[in-house]
Amino acid sequence: MKKYILDLTVVENTTPHPRYVLLKLTQEAPLPEMAPGQFAEIRIDGSKNTFLRRPISINYVDYAKNQIWFLVAKVGEGTQALAKVQPGETVNVVLPLGNGFTMPASPAQKILLVGGGVGTAPLLYFGKCIKEMGGEPTFLLGARSAGDLLELDMFRELGPVYTTTEDGSMGEKGFVTQHSILKEVRFDRISTCGPKPMMVSVARYAKTEGIACEVSLENKMACGVGACLCCVEGTAEGHKCVCKDGPVFDINDLLWQI
Amino acid sequence: MADLSVKIGSLELKNPVMTASGTFGYGKEFEDFVNLEEIGGIIVKGTTLNHREGNAYPRMVETPSGMLNCVGLQNKGVDYFCEHIYPEIKDINTNMIVNVSGSTVEDYVATAERINELEKIPAIELNISCPNVKSGGMAFGVTCEGASEVVRAVRKAYNKTLIVKLSPNVTDIASIAKAVEAEGADSVSLINTLMGMVIDIEKRTPMLSINTGGMSGPAVRPVAVRMVWQVAKAVGIPVIGLGGIMNAHDAIEFFMAGASAIEIGTANFIDPAVTVKVKNGINEWLDAHGCKSLSEIVGALKDY
Repeated sequence: MKKYILDLTVVENTTPHPRYVLLKLTQEAPLPEMAPGQFAEIRIDGSKNTFLRRPISINYVDYAKNQIWFLVAKVGEGTQALAKVQPGETVNVVLPLGNGFTMPASPAQKILLVGGGVGTAPLLYFGKCIKEMGGEPTFLLGARSAGDLLELDMFRELGPVYTTTEDGSMGEKGFVTQHSILKEVRFDRISTCGPKPMMVSVARYAKTEGIACEVSLENKMACGVGACLCCVEGTAEGHKCVCKDGPVFDINDLLWQI
Repeated sequence: MADLSVKIGSLELKNPVMTASGTFGYGKEFEDFVNLEEIGGIIVKGTTLNHREGNAYPRMVETPSGMLNCVGLQNKGVDYFCEHIYPEIKDINTNMIVNVSGSTVEDYVATAERINELEKIPAIELNISCPNVKSGGMAFGVTCEGASEVVRAVRKAYNKTLIVKLSPNVTDIASIAKAVEAEGADSVSLINTLMGMVIDIEKRTPMLSINTGGMSGPAVRPVAVRMVWQVAKAVGIPVIGLGGIMNAHDAIEFFMAGASAIEIGTANFIDPAVTVKVKNGINEWLDAHGCKSLSEIVGALKDY
């Protein structure tokens, strides 16, 4: 897929949660083709200690409105600076980067999308793409508390949404891998994005059950295009770049202890 | 339009802008962003005799105005390069240059011999300055004896343009440059990364898997300009300057310090199209200052 350097204009900057901002960006020309699970490298302007771009997953693409959304967790100086951009300002992005999630082989395949924390972000666009091909994705989203589960209305438009919270304030109490839906429905494939301990648990469940499973990684990276070899993950075939060969990997290719 | 062409040994560059090894992959990674043929030379990822997995993750940490890396020369070895990568890049209409590294003198020589056979590779850059490998690499580049030994051996085995990339992690870089010039190097490029360290104070651990890494980016640029200035005064062969060049202004500093050409490294991560912008910016600056050719400003530094 062809990659672009674009100056996008901020349409909206909202704060769905004290730790996150949702940026909706657009440009005059139609946005390029992007696959679910891909990401952008966003240049951070106006932060004196931030030098590199920040890799942020593509949360949603609304081709009708010509908008791309990024759900940004404010984790450090760079993302905090990015969170301050105002409508009308421009944001320089390099996209689309990485491989993306595996699309279902047919609309009938039962695909479970498991997300935790800000890792739910790329699952929204993935769900949209599955729905557009005639499938129905199932979402299993986990967080600490009800208020940490974001964009639920959007997810519910795409398919059934199951949730877990650690404090029991929404959905089932506990972790995603403890949710009862996993005992009730046999899925054909699981795609997951979130904190590594969560993805390891999901991978362990999938492996035990013999279900195909892929995970989306977020190793620290510099170039975003497979040139610097900084963001590597160990695989059965040696070090691979999360930015170019990933961020999505089949769990059988990784060297995780699962 | 000023004359931007540069000659380094028998290597003819259409303009002085090259890419620094390890920051531009094999060129193809950037073809969506820039017309590769507009770049004077593309120095591809460091290549060693045998396959190397490189160091463990984490390999990179950001610093104010720069970054450290400890990739450790991950590459698939020279045979893989010749069989699988060379056919993909050989018809890119610019100078495709291979950065060669090794653990022993014999490794350097064997790798250089293989690259010498490749018709469309007009030059190598000998990396005697990688700070991130246990043996070889920078070990050769920090003494005049080590640098002389490896350059002497490679010079016998390699008959095209030989550029030697120097380490800044030395007391007197000019003496190393003179030593490699005496052994027949056609050019020196400098600087490779400066060894650095960043600590996670909560975990009380280094931020990189091998503790230290090589620092690059605009934070190192004044050090690089100073070293280029010192080396250019000391040697007669062309000097290639690199270290934190982000734009044409930065590049022109290096030319005035004595560099005949420059390499752009870390800046490619911030702006994947930076190379061609720098090339165009150099041309505009020369035109605006009434210079007919780049050579008019090389080493054109006046006394304060």
